[in-house]
Amino acid sequence: MESILFWVFSIAAIGGALGMVGTLRNTVYSALWLVVSMLALACLFIMLNAQFVGLIQIMVYAGAIVVLFLFVVMLLNLTGGVMGAEEQPLLKFVGVALAVAVSLQLGSILLRIELPWPEVSPEYGTTAEIGRALYTDYLLPFEVAGVLLLAAIVAALAMAKRERG
Amino acid sequence: MDVALVAKTLFIFAVIMLVFAPLMTWVERKQSALMQDRIGANRADIFGITAIGLIHPVADVIKMITKEDVIPAGAHRLLHTLCPLIAAVPAAISFAVIPYGGSYSAWGAHWSLVVADLDYGLLYVFAIGSIAAYGTVLAGWASNSNWGMLGSLRASAQMLSYEVAMGVSVLGIFMVFGSLRMTDIGVGQQETFRLLGFLEHLGWVAPGTRWVDWVTIPAWGIVLQPLGFFMFLAALMAENKRPPFDTPEGESEIVAGYFIEYSGMKFGLFFMAEWIEVVVIAGLMTALFLGGWSLPWISDQELIGWLSVPFGPNLANLLAMVVNVSVFFVKLCFMIWVQQILRWSLPRFRYDQVMHLGWKILLPLSLVNILVTAILILLVDELAS
Repeated sequence: MESILFWVFSIAAIGGALGMVGTLRNTVYSALWLVVSMLALACLFIMLNAQFVGLIQIMVYAGAIVVLFLFVVMLLNLTGGVMGAEEQPLLKFVGVALAVAVSLQLGSILLRIELPWPEVSPEYGTTAEIGRALYTDYLLPFEVAGVLLLAAIVAALAMAKRERG
Repeated sequence: MDVALVAKTLFIFAVIMLVFAPLMTWVERKQSALMQDRIGANRADIFGITAIGLIHPVADVIKMITKEDVIPAGAHRLLHTLCPLIAAVPAAISFAVIPYGGSYSAWGAHWSLVVADLDYGLLYVFAIGSIAAYGTVLAGWASNSNWGMLGSLRASAQMLSYEVAMGVSVLGIFMVFGSLRMTDIGVGQQETFRLLGFLEHLGWVAPGTRWVDWVTIPAWGIVLQPLGFFMFLAALMAENKRPPFDTPEGESEIVAGYFIEYSGMKFGLFFMAEWIEVVVIAGLMTALFLGGWSLPWISDQELIGWLSVPFGPNLANLLAMVVNVSVFFVKLCFMIWVQQILRWSLPRFRYDQVMHLGWKILLPLSLVNILVTAILILLVDELAS
């Protein structure tokens, strides 16, 4: 049962990602394929006993960020070919370099995995456990991320204000 | 398969989809008729029997199903058909984590009246609810209509904005009860606290004074988080896009908004989704703020204990279950009534007023609410130790 579900969600996640790239001409389709990929990924997280991460994946990425994408796409009525990534060689170069870097990193992680997976306690991945970890062992990274987000919000506000005035 | 789980799922589906959703169409008409001083829904009849308008839901269903289903030219056929489903299914399945009774044991069997007692209970509702946004956002786009598009744009902005306020305004409940699990929150609300207990701590009365113990208040969410109750209700109603937050439909401006190009049962499904969401909102508010399935001042153990005296433990558990489920649905009906009163009393907000309320009033207030709640929890812990 679990392996069947794993294959279903894995194929959905990869298929969604491929579909997203394949429909770049129509931004709305592209965004919808992204949602499919996100949802499948969330299901995989939940199957891996990381329920909190899975639900936040649905809430934040599938439920909010892509809706925001759609909002912008609809508001600006973007149709095919507006993005113009093809005409910028630098962007293309950076994209390829990033993709290679991510693939190398993923590959190195895959090589280092020791099977079978270590057993985890049933508490692992629950909201309480994650909260405890965030506010004790990882307090500094957590706060730094908070400050980073605050800086981003302030910057966004400053830019919006400047354009109006 | 677990028989009890299937039974609970079927019960919830039967009650929500087959009882409450059709009844809501009747409640909507009767409530508006009462509040507008008319007689209201009483035309549909079977051999002259109108049953105070209760035939109307049946007539609705027959009409919706037999109507022609129009997909406008230039619409995206697949998405146009999918959207009502995307809107209705999340509403229907989010009741799974709301407990409508405690846990009981009789004749060697144990059962707890919630379909899925998840550790991340309320997060599940939020996650599922955020998926429902797609039904509305895509409906207008897929039907290739400018009115629909405007409605969808408004809906997406509104639902995104209020999701933030919704999540933040209910955080106080988790802080007070220390859990995201809906059954834990339900059990936590069965406790009582002494309203005048602070007099002892201040040293105004001697410790152990009898009359201080007399005044107790059930530790319901609405007592511990009064501001949270109103903010969460407002945010949920805005998520549901019913008046006064129905700018995505706004009949006087954009005709019917995002579902303007829908007909027949697809149109009906959008309405079903709204009404099921009303019931889900009522269930959530009951479970989180109104003490869930319990009677005020009486915990489950006390109730079962009292009923055990005349009836024996097995029958007492069954009776307690009946009492608790009835109490839950009475509270649920009360919350539905509150929403209907609000729906028919308040005029529609202007679009910018909706945004203003969400970002500039609800969000800062709920952040302050969290801060005050945290300080109070620390103070109470300090005094109690």
